[in-house]
Amino acid sequence: MTELTLIQGVNQALHQAMKKDPDVLCLGEDIGVNGGVFRATDGLQKEFGEQRVLDTPLNESGIVGMAVGMALYGLKPVAEIQFLDFIYPAFDQIVSELAKLRYRSGGQFPAHVVIRTPYGGGIRGGLYHSQSTEQLFASTPGLKVVIPSTPADAKGLLLTAIFDEDPVLFMEPKRIYRTATGEVPDGDHRVPFGKARIVREGTDVSVFAYGAMVPTAFQACQVLEKTGIHAELIDLRTLVPLDIDAVVRSVEKTGRAVIVHEAPKFCGFGAELAAILAEKALYSLKAPIARVTGYDTPFPYTLENLYLPSVDRIGRAIQRTVTAG
Amino acid sequence: MSGVPPSSPARPPAGSAAPANAVEAAAGTAVVPLPYSSKQLQELLGSSWEARLKEMYRGMLLGRVLDTRMLGLQRQGRVAFYGPATGQEATSVGAALAMAEGDWVLPGLREQLIALMRGLDLTLYLHHLFGNDLDTARGRQMPCHPSAKEARYVSMSSNIGTQIIHAVGLAYALRYKRETGVSWAFFGDGATSSNDFHSGMNFAGVWKLPVLFVCTNNQWAISIPNEKQTASATFAEKAQAYGFEGSRVDGTDVVAVYHALREAREALASGKGPRMVECVLYRLTPHSSSDDPSRYQPKGWMDRAKAHDPLGRFEAMLDKLGLLPAAEREAIRAELDAKVRAAIQEAEVMPPPRFESLFEDTLRTPAWPLTEERDSFDKEQGGNFP
Ligand SMILES: Cc1ncc(C[n+]2csc(CCOP(=O)(O)OP(=O)(O)O)c2C)c(N)n1
Ligand SMILES: [Mg+2]
Repeated sequence: MTELTLIQGVNQALHQAMKKDPDVLCLGEDIGVNGGVFRATDGLQKEFGEQRVLDTPLNESGIVGMAVGMALYGLKPVAEIQFLDFIYPAFDQIVSELAKLRYRSGGQFPAHVVIRTPYGGGIRGGLYHSQSTEQLFASTPGLKVVIPSTPADAKGLLLTAIFDEDPVLFMEPKRIYRTATGEVPDGDHRVPFGKARIVREGTDVSVFAYGAMVPTAFQACQVLEKTGIHAELIDLRTLVPLDIDAVVRSVEKTGRAVIVHEAPKFCGFGAELAAILAEKALYSLKAPIARVTGYDTPFPYTLENLYLPSVDRIGRAIQRTVTAG
Repeated sequence: MSGVPPSSPARPPAGSAAPANAVEAAAGTAVVPLPYSSKQLQELLGSSWEARLKEMYRGMLLGRVLDTRMLGLQRQGRVAFYGPATGQEATSVGAALAMAEGDWVLPGLREQLIALMRGLDLTLYLHHLFGNDLDTARGRQMPCHPSAKEARYVSMSSNIGTQIIHAVGLAYALRYKRETGVSWAFFGDGATSSNDFHSGMNFAGVWKLPVLFVCTNNQWAISIPNEKQTASATFAEKAQAYGFEGSRVDGTDVVAVYHALREAREALASGKGPRMVECVLYRLTPHSSSDDPSRYQPKGWMDRAKAHDPLGRFEAMLDKLGLLPAAEREAIRAELDAKVRAAIQEAEVMPPPRFESLFEDTLRTPAWPLTEERDSFDKEQGGNFP
C-alpha cells in the first residue's frame, strides 16, 4: 500500500498496464513530452518511448478514430481527451463507431479502447472546462462509463478498463485529482465493474453519488450524523454497468433516496436512478425522491459555487427527504 | 518546419519575409529591428504614414500593457485566469487596422486586442475579465472570452477551431445581403488540425466566399510544435488544396501584416473568393497560467524568440529612423497604463453577478425544470445548515 492522490492512481495504473502488456498504448494531446496538462501521463513517454505514447495533432475525432483502428488490429489503446468539454468532435467516432463495432460485426470486432478524460466543475474553468455530460454516454448502448472517486478506485477501475475487451469512457473528477488522497494497493489492483461502494452505512436515507460529488456528499452526511440522521452513502463507481442491486437494496432498507450529480437535472443520470427506484422499489419509498444537481443551464464561471451541489445544498435536501412523509 | 515557404505567391513586402522556423529564425537573442526605411514606410502606409505608425504603436502597447497588468493580477490571485497574447500584438493590430467597419471577426484564443481596437470599451472588457455583474455575459465565461457585438466581434467558445466554419456562414450571409464587409476567421496553428478548419476552408472554397482565414502560427499548440501538428512545410500551403491562395507573412512585423492583410482583404472584397494568410510569430509566454514550457521547449527557445518581440522590433526601428522620440513613447505608455489601471480599479470592486443571472439567457423563456430551480433557489441555497 502507498498513499497516493487520485491522479497518481491514474498514472500508476497506466504505468503498470504498459509494463505488463506491450499492446497497451497511450495517445492524446500534450500527453507525451508534457506529460498531460494535468500530468496524468507524466513519465510515460520517457519510460515507454514515442512509439507507445503518442502526442497527437489537435483533433479529437482523430484521437478516438485512431484508437478504434489500433484496436481493430488487437492493440489496447488508451486515448486521452484533454477535457470532457472537448470530446464532441469525437462524438461520431464514439457513438457511431466505437459503441457499435461489436454489435454490427456479430462480435468479430470488439473495440478494445479506453477513453480517459477529466470532467467536472469547481476549478474556475467556466463553460468549457467544467461540464459533466456522462448521461450522453451512459445512454449510448455499447459503451461502459466509469467514474472513480478515490485514488484506489482510480487505479483499480482504470486497470480493469484497460484489460476489458469493451470500450470504456473513463471520466476523471479533476477537481479532486490532488485533494482526494488515500492508500492504494501496490500491485495489479483491479476493481470490478458493476459493484457500487458503500462509503458509509446508514438507516435513514440512501444518498447516491459518483466522482467529485462523493466527498461533498460524504461531508453532508457526516454533518447530519451529529443531528441524528444516519445517511447511507453509495458511490456508484460505474454508471454502465450499474450495480442495480445495490441501488434497490439500499432504498429497500432506508425508504428514502437523494441523488446527487453535477450535471443538469433534466434527463440526467439521476433520472435513470429515480426511474429504477420507481420501477423496483416504489413500495419501499416513504418520501419523494430528491435530486440535487447542477442547474439546467450551461456551466457558469463566477457563480460556479452556486451552480454545483454544495455540502449545504445536499445536506438540506437530505434533511427535507428524511422529514418528509 | 523546414526551408523556404514553397507556396506563397503573395510575399510580404520590403524584405520582411516570414521566417521558416521558430527557433532558427533569429540567429541570437538580440531584437531584430523592422527592416524599413522612412521612404519604404511612406510607400507602404501612404501619406499619413506617421499617424499610422503612431496608431500601430498605441495598439500594440495597449495589448502589452494589459497583458503585463493582468498577468500580475493573476499571479496575485485577483483574477483566476488570464490568457496573454504577448508576441501576437503586431498581428492583432495589423489585422484590426486592415479591417473595414462592416467586417466581422470570428476570433481564436488570442484576438481580444482586436475587439478593443474595434470599439469594445476597455472598462467593459475589464468587467468581463473580473466576471462581475457588469460583464456583458454576467461572468459566465472564463476571462479573455468577451462578446462584443458593437465591434462585430463574435462570442467564442474555448473549443479550438469551431469558429472557422462560422466565419464561412457569416460570409455567406454578408454576400446574400449584398453587404460589402468580409468575414475574418482567426485561429492558431493547432486549430488547423481541427475538423472545422477543413469544413471552413472547403466550404469557403466551394462558394468562393469573402472569408479571410488568418492563421496565427505562434509555433506551439500548448506543447506541440508545428512539425508534430502537420507534415506540410507551411500552414499557408494548405489553402492551395482547397482551391485558393495562401501566403505567409512575418506576424511580428506590424507593417508587413497590415499590408498583406489589407491586400488580401481587398482581393476578397472584390469577389475573388477566400484567402488564407499565415502570420508567423512567437508565443512569448507560457500557453496559459497553468502551463510550464520548461517541460517541452528546447533550452533558450523563449530567449531567442524574444528577438522577434513585435513591440521591441517596432521600437528598434523607430530608434533607427529617429521617429516617435522616446519621451513621446513613454508618455503614450504612461497614458495607456493609467487607463488600464483605472479600468482595473473600477471593475475589481464591482460585485459578482446577481444570482438571478444564473437563470437568465439559457433560453429566452426558461423551460422546466429551470423555472422551478429559479423559484426554489432560496429554499435550496438559503438558511442555516444543519
Ligand atoms: C477542441 C479542443 N481540444 C483541445 C483543447 C485544449 N486546448 C486549448 S488551447 C490548445 C492549443 C491551441 O493551439 P493553437 O491553435 O496553436 O492556439 P494557441 O494557443 O497557440 O494560440 C489546446 C489543445 C481545446 N480548447 N479545444
Ligand atoms: Mg499556436
